[in-house]
Amino acid sequence: MARKAKIKIIGGESGRPSRSFWRDAVAFILRDRLTMLALTVLVIFTMIGVAGPPMIENVFEMDINDTRVIVRFKQPGQDGYLLGADQLGRDQFLRLIYGGRVSLTIAYLASVMTVFIGVSLGLLAGYYGRRVDDLISWMINTLSSIPPLYLFLIASAIWEPSTEALIVIMAALGWVGTTRLVRGETLSLKERDYVLAARALGASDLRILVSHIVPNVFSLVMVTMTIIAGNLILLEAGLSYLGVGIQPPTPSWGNMLTDSRSYFVTGVHLVVWPGILIMVTVLCFYLVGDGLRDALDPRRYQQQ
Amino acid sequence: MFKYFQRRLLQAIPTFFGVTFIVFIIILAAPGDPIDMITWGANSNQKTTKELKEAMRRQLGLDRPPLEQYLYWMIGNDWTRVDYKGDGIGEAGKRRGLLRGDLGDSIKQKKPVMDLIVQRIPATLRLGVAALILGYLAGVMLGALAAVFHRTWLDQVIRIISVVGNAVPAFWLGLLLIIVFGVQLKWLPISGMEDITRRGGEFDLGDALRHMILPVFVLSLNTIAFISRFTRTQMLETLQQDYVRTAYAKGLQTRLVWLRHALKNSLLPAATFFGPSIGFLLAGAVIIEHVFQWPGMGKLVIDAVSQRDYPLVMGSVVVASVMFMIGVLISDALYVILDPRIRLE
Repeated sequence: MARKAKIKIIGGESGRPSRSFWRDAVAFILRDRLTMLALTVLVIFTMIGVAGPPMIENVFEMDINDTRVIVRFKQPGQDGYLLGADQLGRDQFLRLIYGGRVSLTIAYLASVMTVFIGVSLGLLAGYYGRRVDDLISWMINTLSSIPPLYLFLIASAIWEPSTEALIVIMAALGWVGTTRLVRGETLSLKERDYVLAARALGASDLRILVSHIVPNVFSLVMVTMTIIAGNLILLEAGLSYLGVGIQPPTPSWGNMLTDSRSYFVTGVHLVVWPGILIMVTVLCFYLVGDGLRDALDPRRYQQQ
Repeated sequence: MFKYFQRRLLQAIPTFFGVTFIVFIIILAAPGDPIDMITWGANSNQKTTKELKEAMRRQLGLDRPPLEQYLYWMIGNDWTRVDYKGDGIGEAGKRRGLLRGDLGDSIKQKKPVMDLIVQRIPATLRLGVAALILGYLAGVMLGALAAVFHRTWLDQVIRIISVVGNAVPAFWLGLLLIIVFGVQLKWLPISGMEDITRRGGEFDLGDALRHMILPVFVLSLNTIAFISRFTRTQMLETLQQDYVRTAYAKGLQTRLVWLRHALKNSLLPAATFFGPSIGFLLAGAVIIEHVFQWPGMGKLVIDAVSQRDYPLVMGSVVVASVMFMIGVLISDALYVILDPRIRLE
């Protein structure tokens, strides 16, 4: 009884109740207005991407591939075309919703896959060292010596992938950065005393990796994943713009810009909107990444 | 130091082979028969006969097992009996191999891949070097300004520029700028340099610059964003150093303290970014060259990829990678030379 009371007093002296690292991080983000704004925008975009297409098809019974020659290049706001119509007379607003669905699907799935591959290989290379490390480091050096876009460009141009295949290609060729990061972190973590202590207690390699090293790279990986998601949207947009990413008639924010050279005069609204959406989405991912980095930085306490 | 570079050069060798291997594997794994892909729709009125296809296959060496194909691509096949059937068809497929500077012949353009690439490198370099210079100058300047005016509106504006500069798709910005400055205001030409080369070889500097303004700006945006962020962070740290306070204390002009003492020591992160930025520029150039119809390497790759001109695709990727690797080596060298604190064993 007496013991319990004592602890209470210490808690009172430090001025605030003790909280776990994660609860503290969440509280920090909730107070960070810019990050919350970016997060809200992403959630809204995601919800539109999930719920939009089925609603358009089933409730409003509209088809985005419905082409009507009379409304070609219709300006925004006329005849119920909120953002105008494109070069084939399709509603741009609806196409943007579908495009967002594609872009966000790629961003979420491919970033998770990229990070999964990246973390696994990084842990292997960093923890086991020697031959494993040599092999993985060689792969890292090799893949990162090819200018980034070239690799994706030839791979996706040659395989002409579906959306799902594009996601796999992006993950299979894009894990290098994460691996390098995790490898470096693991190299330093495995020399720590608590890892030695765990090993002395007879913990297996798997246990040390999963319960002692992974939690320590987790926050780093979360930040990387959001940044990668943003990069992937830019990459998808670039590839689709060049005509080797998402293939029409499936709309994507990138391939909606592909032919824009031919209607610079009549269809300015067709150039403006897809780009704005790409920019806003990528910006939001980056901002969330920055916010996470601040929230998950343990050194934050020392600065406060 | 010499030893360090020697080791770096040695390390580059397995990397180089890795690059060629990956490129080869990607092309090898391409679905469908490459010959069908190449000849499909090539000449619609004259159906490609079976014999013609067979001859083509042998000239490209595609009838050989994969490992042999890779070997011939790398070291050439002129040391073997190329024309193993003795009918003269295989003779056209004779090549000296990548390691001896022969990347084979382009299928569509019927010219050596090396020549085609070498023709295009100057245009890409002109774009890339200009973007690199602009990116570093503007980036360092903005970063230094942001640090010096820390926590003022100028700092905020520069931070926003650097964040947005990373998030904006460069090709889209290019399209918008073309619409504004090229189509509506008619101040700048809307497409590439091709008209310059066609105009009787007369090089007009003013005209060239007018063509370069937009693509160089768009291409350098990424670099500006990164460099300004790096410089700002480092400069903020440097401004806290004791020797900067000493410089102030001895009565040196504020501007001189910034330029001579603080800025000089804040350039290191920017220097380390030199290597990666070459990669970004090479990659960015692919899209930007497409947007501005710039006759550089990027456009060559895209055309080659869409025409399934495999030797040209493979060659360009290898050349781009070599350029990138050289850039990274230079960057490492700069890093060591600029920072005497780095000791290499």
